Amino acid sequence: MAAVQETVEQVRRVGADQYKYGFVTDIESDLAPKGLSEEIVRFISAKKNEPEWMLEWRLEAYRRWLTMTEPKWARVDYPAIDYQDLYYYAAPKSKAGPKSLDEVDPELLRTYEKLGIPLHEREILAGVERPEGEERPRVAVDAVFDSVSVATTFKEELKKVGVIFCPISEALREHPELVRKYLGTVVPASDNYFATLNSAVFSDGSFVYIPPGVRCPMELSTYFRINEKNTGQFERTLIIADKGSYVSYLEGCTAPKRDENQLHAAVVELVTLDDAEIKYSTVQNWYPGDENGKGGIYNFVTKRGDCRGANSKISWTQVETGSAITWKYPSCVLRGDNSRGEFYSIAISNGRQQVDSGTKMIHLGKGTTSRIISKGISAGRSSNAYRGLVSAHRKAEGARNFTNCDSLLIGGACSAHTIPYIEAKNPSCMFEHEATTSKISEDVLFYCMQRGLSQEDATALVVNGFVRDVLQQLPMEFAVEAQKLISVSLEGSVG
Amino acid sequence: MTALLEIRDLKAEIAGKQILNGYDLTVKAGEVHAIMGPNGSGKSTLSYVLSGRPGYKITEGQALLAGADLSQMSVDERAAAGLFLAFQYPLEVPGVATMTFLRAALNAQRKKRGEEEMSSPDLIKRVKELAKILDMDMEMLRRPVNVGFSGGEKKRAETLQMMLLEPKLCILDETDSGLDIDALKVVSNGVNQLRSKDRGIVVITHYQRLLDYITPDVVHVQSAGRIVRTGGKELALELEETGYARYQSEAA
Repeated sequence: MAAVQETVEQVRRVGADQYKYGFVTDIESDLAPKGLSEEIVRFISAKKNEPEWMLEWRLEAYRRWLTMTEPKWARVDYPAIDYQDLYYYAAPKSKAGPKSLDEVDPELLRTYEKLGIPLHEREILAGVERPEGEERPRVAVDAVFDSVSVATTFKEELKKVGVIFCPISEALREHPELVRKYLGTVVPASDNYFATLNSAVFSDGSFVYIPPGVRCPMELSTYFRINEKNTGQFERTLIIADKGSYVSYLEGCTAPKRDENQLHAAVVELVTLDDAEIKYSTVQNWYPGDENGKGGIYNFVTKRGDCRGANSKISWTQVETGSAITWKYPSCVLRGDNSRGEFYSIAISNGRQQVDSGTKMIHLGKGTTSRIISKGISAGRSSNAYRGLVSAHRKAEGARNFTNCDSLLIGGACSAHTIPYIEAKNPSCMFEHEATTSKISEDVLFYCMQRGLSQEDATALVVNGFVRDVLQQLPMEFAVEAQKLISVSLEGSVG
Repeated sequence: MTALLEIRDLKAEIAGKQILNGYDLTVKAGEVHAIMGPNGSGKSTLSYVLSGRPGYKITEGQALLAGADLSQMSVDERAAAGLFLAFQYPLEVPGVATMTFLRAALNAQRKKRGEEEMSSPDLIKRVKELAKILDMDMEMLRRPVNVGFSGGEKKRAETLQMMLLEPKLCILDETDSGLDIDALKVVSNGVNQLRSKDRGIVVITHYQRLLDYITPDVVHVQSAGRIVRTGGKELALELEETGYARYQSEAA
């Protein structure tokens, strides 16, 4: 409950200007020339001192991308993107690669401080209060600013247990064999228009490798920040959990308020080998645009996990509140026998936001199981669609899925859509699908208000109740953050 | 002394249909009033008009709570001012633990009144005491508000909320409906504990049965949207004998 009250206070503090991360950091940037060409791809690769094979991989992706067309099947509507009018590389100017935090530009440190993200290892994430005496959980952070990673914390400590956590550009130089072995094996360079674009021009992102049998001693997280104008952010994340290992990873995203739309086309690849588990959580709070739909991020992201080993598990949890347009389907390929995929999602849209999001659970192995819990909340004049696929291959003997999609509508000008696809090619599999669509009940609001809650508090309470199943899946620290975010996102949606 | 609740010539409508036709009622602090009447006489409407449910519109007359004009207050302001409605059909709030709900409600009211919030340990202690009086399992309070509760459990939970919030004016809308005799006794016992010289209680009921346990000071008969007869507690017994038929014809 404290959280609901905090939420409400937060809403008041934020006041009329809902998006508090909308500031711009004034910092000099290294920009590649505008537009996209082979030269730009070479430029990015050279900037990163990449091995030759990587450049070839990028160029191949670029050439393929030229032959592809932008997908149009999603329930989203936006003006054509001029890919030649974007910057594909922007990096804060600094000495070549800061070696320690002391060398990071203080302006950048201040930016992250403002965002509540600790880059000093002694600090913890802001906004989390714990009873005295209780040990504060530590979180290792990789901070990506526009096209580059500016700092990664706790690297040394993680190294002691063999965990590699670093910018992917660094991994390409220091652990090329690992990157080469796994990169593009989950989301191939030819996968889809945006993923292919990303493969050609990705600039940075996080790389994680958990060695066999290791349980990662702390949460890992990456915070993405788009700062520069007219810049696309194309980050690439690759996480490998080797046999019997475990890691919990969180990504967070924010961007300044700008009138122009900004493109964010990321690719995330997860691989779990036998008995390994990855828990991947996202709190996505990109700038959603103003109430008339001006500005905001186009979030066109490909996220996929491959349960390559037997008994492995991948769990996606996402809280989506930002972005003008969201096009994103974190998926699991359940290849290993008895592997398990999970997808827990809260997608909130307000104003003119458009969301087309969901998941794919591809059952290939025997005895594979998956679970999908999706909670969509639409308010304002937004459109919110769940799109999902559950499929079983012929060999997926005894595959099981449970899907639950609930939509909640606030006000009369928004819409919710549920588009599930189910394909079962093995007669022994069992797929269950439940879905509900409801309007926030006037009667329930009246009941809460009769007990003394204001309309805003009552709505926050009802919505938090609606998403509870999913919030419970988030690491505690982020559940609190997410709960606040939900109320802030819905501010002004009732009445 | 100002009456706790003063209703003067109140007229109210829902969707253009007039339901209350010149309602008069005065409840002083310390009194328990019973409002009885046939189905469709507007008993629940009265409770919704007073609590401010959307769609219920006052067209004429006044309703004052401790001298303050209710029509000028929002639903939550009325609650904070001390008006509590025990619902005939309490609503479910999925995913919100009852304890969470109680804390939110109590502290929202306290805040509006400029009072200090109640600390969690104090709250839990108080709720435990109340749960004991109402013969409720604490486990129930960890469950979402009213979700999966039986009819009797809902009414107990409703009574617990009322006892925790300590309102000035309690309106009980058909609290006896759906209660078996044991639950009726337990709930009545809770309500009786709330009787005090500072508080007014309005019991809306169709049957005399509830009044065996909550003895009213005043009994009113409501018909066709207004009070047609007022008497002492013996009036309830008389109604049990004769039924509402004569009042219905009288009103017509």
